[in-house]
Amino acid sequence: MDAIILQLLNGLDKGSAYALIALGLTLIFGTLGVVNFAHGALFMIGAFCAVTLQKIMGLSFEQVDPTKTDFLGKPLVVKVPYVESWFGADFGAWLINWQVPLSILLAIPVMLIVGFVMERGLIKHFYKRPHADQILVTFGLAIVLQELVKYFFGANPIQTGAPSQFSGSMDFGVLLGFDPMAIMYPYWRLVYFLFAAVVIFGVFAFLQFTTFGMVVRAGMADRETVGLLGINIDRRFTLMFGLAAAVAGVAGVMYTPILAPNYHMGMDFLVLSFVVVVVGGMGSLPGAVAAGFLLGILQSFASMNEIKSLIPGIDQVIIYLVAILILLTRPRGLLGRAGVMEE
Amino acid sequence: MSKSNFTRRGLLKTGAVTGAGLALPTIFTSAASAFTNEPTGSTVKFGFNVPQTGPYAEEGLDELRAQELAVQHINGEGDGGMLSTFSSKALDGTGILGRKVEFVTGDTQTKSDAARAAAKSMIEKDGVVMINGGSSSGVAVAVQELCQSAGIIFMAGLTHSNDTTGKDRKANGFRHFFNAYMSAAALAPVLKNAYGTDRRAYHLTADYTWGWTQQESIQAATEAMGWETVNNVLTPLSAGDFSSYIAPVLNSGADILVLNHYGGDMVNSLTQAVQFGLRDAQANGKNFEIVVPLYSELMAAGAGDNIKGVYGSMNWNWQLTDEGTQAFVKSFGEKYGRPPSNSAHTCYVQTLLYADAVARAGSFNPCAVAEALEGFEFSGMGNGDVLYRAEDHQCFKDVLVMKGAESPTTEYDTLEIVETTPVDQVMYAPDHPMFGGAEASLGECNAGA
Repeated sequence: MDAIILQLLNGLDKGSAYALIALGLTLIFGTLGVVNFAHGALFMIGAFCAVTLQKIMGLSFEQVDPTKTDFLGKPLVVKVPYVESWFGADFGAWLINWQVPLSILLAIPVMLIVGFVMERGLIKHFYKRPHADQILVTFGLAIVLQELVKYFFGANPIQTGAPSQFSGSMDFGVLLGFDPMAIMYPYWRLVYFLFAAVVIFGVFAFLQFTTFGMVVRAGMADRETVGLLGINIDRRFTLMFGLAAAVAGVAGVMYTPILAPNYHMGMDFLVLSFVVVVVGGMGSLPGAVAAGFLLGILQSFASMNEIKSLIPGIDQVIIYLVAILILLTRPRGLLGRAGVMEE
Repeated sequence: MSKSNFTRRGLLKTGAVTGAGLALPTIFTSAASAFTNEPTGSTVKFGFNVPQTGPYAEEGLDELRAQELAVQHINGEGDGGMLSTFSSKALDGTGILGRKVEFVTGDTQTKSDAARAAAKSMIEKDGVVMINGGSSSGVAVAVQELCQSAGIIFMAGLTHSNDTTGKDRKANGFRHFFNAYMSAAALAPVLKNAYGTDRRAYHLTADYTWGWTQQESIQAATEAMGWETVNNVLTPLSAGDFSSYIAPVLNSGADILVLNHYGGDMVNSLTQAVQFGLRDAQANGKNFEIVVPLYSELMAAGAGDNIKGVYGSMNWNWQLTDEGTQAFVKSFGEKYGRPPSNSAHTCYVQTLLYADAVARAGSFNPCAVAEALEGFEFSGMGNGDVLYRAEDHQCFKDVLVMKGAESPTTEYDTLEIVETTPVDQVMYAPDHPMFGGAEASLGECNAGA
């Protein structure tokens, strides 16, 4: 039982990341009708916003420590971070400790700008082109973006730690009445799940309860009629692209303590997120979220040793098997609407 | 009436004679060229095949730094590095057999097919006499086989799978780096001292040649001292999130987790294992421990604080205090502003060893070079006394057992040397079952051409 609960938590955690990426993907597809293969790269750029802030926080001046020596036997040069000398050792250390959550403040404007530039600069020109062209150009863009990141940050994963308060793990089992140490789960993964829930809820609330969101939903349902009412739907859709980019970006920022960022992490998530969107139903926001969590949980259960001993390798293929099954029985996906990608 | 001397028969005769005349020098040259890419001018070319893109690009970059340094030292530039401490004095800093060394580089991308394509291009287009480098056993085995069939010497870079000099050994291939068996043999006594004989181990293993042989070796060595193996779970390469594999470990009855992972996979799996509280946990009344059989400096830097107190092994480390190491660290450190990694060291040493073997053999013929390397005993290269064993072309030398440092002062001393395991403890028979058994054979040396 404890193993099942552990994998359930794992699945919710994985599902959070899938759901956040798939949410943005399906938002872009639903509004702009573009299949955005660069969406994984946006997740990766978000993660590297955290790395960038870490580098900024790490900027330091050199002080010679005559009492120690370096590897060549010369006096050791110690680096003192500027933030610690500017803001005092305590506040500087606090800033460095909380740099991952603080990176969200950097990531939101950066991602909005990246999203805006991407949409206006490149993707806009592909709205009327076939989906295959859109896939090719956005995939190309993703490769360019990841090579740029590699050029500046190198190919090795870069460790980006959670605040020290969240670095350990929580005895989750005790809450449920299990023995101590039966279900240990990292604090940060629980934080990530809660964070994802808040973001998903926020996006839905924004679309559901604001006039802007109402217009966007109306535009998703019937773009032409909304346009005839004198509303500049294109501008709002551009903003939605920015919003989707920001969602992917903050998802990437908060994921960095779980997975040390590297330049190809976006591609690793992209394919899975597409499967999530297809299983959820192209253009359906609740579908994307539901499918994200469903596939995350299924993938975690499939990695259990008991299941792998019955069907070896099932953890690698379970998502695709489920996708095939769902597409055979419900070709529009779990919550897909009629008419999407069927014209 | 004009009469032409051109007849069909005459033309054919003239053509045949001219053709034969033109072909003659080529016949002579091909007979004169006894082996592939025999150097003819005043220079000779090496091929450095390292990952320049992909997940091990940083390691590849460090290998290239060392290879460039080795070429400089062979050509008499710089301070000479390990040439001054190397026991063989066949190299005099004027190149090799009067020829200056040049080099070209290839990008393995840490993919076997890309690595073979890069090596093939360097052999056929650039005319290299030797290929060195790489940081994956999958790549090493593939390139070694290509060099064997092309008639080129392959001086392996970082490759740790038993198979490279085990079941996949080749007459034209040589490995200075240690292997999975040696890691296990060196680690086992240290683990026994640190954690006792009554332990239950759970293995997570990268699902490819290196992971399999590493796991097999460490399982055998730890079981021999009384440990029990609870489970071995194969994980896909570059899985990223290992949480599903790590979550069941704590309740499996195990009290040790062995991570048979390397590079980015190791950084992620170790970090996640620590996040899941394994380092703070108790199991079977003992502290839960993690072991990483193969370490590298770049991985240690990536894993940050999570590596503290975790045992592993290395082929060499810049913190060694022998003369050879000091000379190399000084050369490398002054040129690049950082200490060399153990993959840089093995590539540097391999390049010098090849050059030295050519000088001793008096020929670039790969079979003569191979003969000079086989059974060669040397010292002054940072690992004490070393033997290049003739039977399998594996170097035998001391192995370092490492531990994540508790309080590193710089980014370069995140690992500390716990013990230098003497070569006798890591020795094995050439026909050891883990190395292909009695069937494993080097085959015939191929000089190509």
